[in-house]
Amino acid sequence: MLVANRGEIAMRVIRAARELGIQTVLAASEADLDTLPARYADRTVCIGPAPAGDSYLRVQTIIAAAVGSGADAIHPGYGFLSESALLAAACEAASIAFIGPTAEQVRVVGDKLRARAIAEAAGVPTTPGGAVESLEQARRLAAEVGYPVLLKAVGGGGGRGMKRVGQPAELAEMLTLAASEARAAFSDPRVYLERFVACGRHIEVQVLGDGESVVHLGERDCSIQRRYQKVVEEACAVALPFAARKALRAAAVRFAESLRYRGAGTVEFLYDAARGDFSFLEMNARIQVEHPVTEAVTGVDLVRAQIAVAEGLPLGFDQASVSFDGHAIECRINAEDPARDFLPNTGTIATAVFPSGPGIRVDTYVESGTRISPFYDSLVAKIIAHAPTRQQCLVRMRHALKGCFIDGVVTNLALHAAIFEDPEFEAGAVTTGYLQRFVSARHGLVPREDVPSLR
Amino acid sequence: MNLNQEDVLAILALLDGSDFDELRIETADYKLHLRRSSASPLPDTPPALIAGSPAPPDSAPAPAQTVDDRELFDIKAPMLGTFYASPQPGAPPFVNVGAVVDEDTVVGIIEVMKLMNAVCAGTGGVVVEVVAQDGQLVEYGQVLVRLGRSTS
Repeated sequence: MLVANRGEIAMRVIRAARELGIQTVLAASEADLDTLPARYADRTVCIGPAPAGDSYLRVQTIIAAAVGSGADAIHPGYGFLSESALLAAACEAASIAFIGPTAEQVRVVGDKLRARAIAEAAGVPTTPGGAVESLEQARRLAAEVGYPVLLKAVGGGGGRGMKRVGQPAELAEMLTLAASEARAAFSDPRVYLERFVACGRHIEVQVLGDGESVVHLGERDCSIQRRYQKVVEEACAVALPFAARKALRAAAVRFAESLRYRGAGTVEFLYDAARGDFSFLEMNARIQVEHPVTEAVTGVDLVRAQIAVAEGLPLGFDQASVSFDGHAIECRINAEDPARDFLPNTGTIATAVFPSGPGIRVDTYVESGTRISPFYDSLVAKIIAHAPTRQQCLVRMRHALKGCFIDGVVTNLALHAAIFEDPEFEAGAVTTGYLQRFVSARHGLVPREDVPSLR
Repeated sequence: MNLNQEDVLAILALLDGSDFDELRIETADYKLHLRRSSASPLPDTPPALIAGSPAPPDSAPAPAQTVDDRELFDIKAPMLGTFYASPQPGAPPFVNVGAVVDEDTVVGIIEVMKLMNAVCAGTGGVVVEVVAQDGQLVEYGQVLVRLGRSTS
């Protein structure tokens, strides 16, 4: 199996493959040849120079690397080419198993307007809004759904390419901006418009399908985010009424079933806590960064399941056999400086000590001496705590964070420590606006000396 | 009349199948000098071997070469793909050990999904070793051909 990714997810995928007795070839850029996953894989091939556009994002090179190294499957991880219909189609053409959904499914959910239409057809509520065809029509639509509105790229996702429009006078300018950004980032200038929900909770449902049947593995609460980038994730979303969670899970399954979805996927919703209703945001047709919290509470190995269904095997279990055990929380440790507007920080990690112990899992590719390269995302490690209750889980994570020490690059560890001391977070009712408020209120909160250490 | 690379390769194939060891063609436009590597050099013949690349017009016969092994230069793969040492199966390789190359001389092809990318030497020199194997996967940055600087 060719692993077309890097960092912690490359480690995660190689581990799963090893347990299944599958040999791995890591496709690595020049900058990643001397990393833990490169040493961990059975073989590493260098696919190009450091910039992702010259290496990790090259469909043809990835296929050539798989063919040339004798791999008959490609795992794309997350990011990079994980939701590239081109890669999925090229795999199908080259008789290589793409470990993910079919090319057609990737294409459909990648087109946010088509995904909206499928949600509507499956009886899944969507946020009021629709396609933008002209300025005049956008004006009418925005007036109809009510300001503020959000302009989104049809080919976008993951929070990129969004523009908030507060009042009618801003619409024309923002529309031009959104379209040109969408064209630049996704080669697709189409945008659509939705009502902007200021105070929502970001709830997402993990689904798993084998092309015939679909099961859900519960939901995750990912409301702790900044500029649409998640920082802390929990499973399950215990702050929501159980009836709402049941409705979300059922809606996600209906959506995936209508696609006859194959693989692991996530259906994202915005939950309006005040009104108690939810609406469909998008579907992510890949393994997600935060998948370990779902693995912790369900005991299902999602990467193994991905590989199995990509091989054409049935899921092997039904909804009734999925059970939930306790609560899990993940902290994303990023090499970025919260005191300097989350500026990514690069350099060499002099010392890295990660927590361990009962109920603690750390997914990382970092060790003492690892270089944090400026070419890729700033994720250094994920700390996952699992305990019988949310309260016990919070305590476990607090201590785990104290047992984590990273020296050489600035990380957001201290920010995590502060969040876990915050009564508002502890109460468990925060919305997507929480983190920005929290950071602003504690501006200058994390000078470098305050990074928790073992000493 | 100008010779292109394919013409030269065709002539090379003819020479290979013949009983002759050496071929010289001189016209007003070009001089072409081909020699099989197994042949021993003639005393009055410059040992330069031109293969896979048309001789530049008006080029004077190359002076006798010796290779300075202390100054080696690696031609590296500019991309990952399948390396081909010759233009098509069965054809003679673009370069052999001893070949004199300049920066535009094609030393091999890297195929990426049916797209053939010619790899040029990028610098002048004498082929000391063809490292990459025909038909094998080469990685980005892998050494394909090793050149020595020629000293006259």
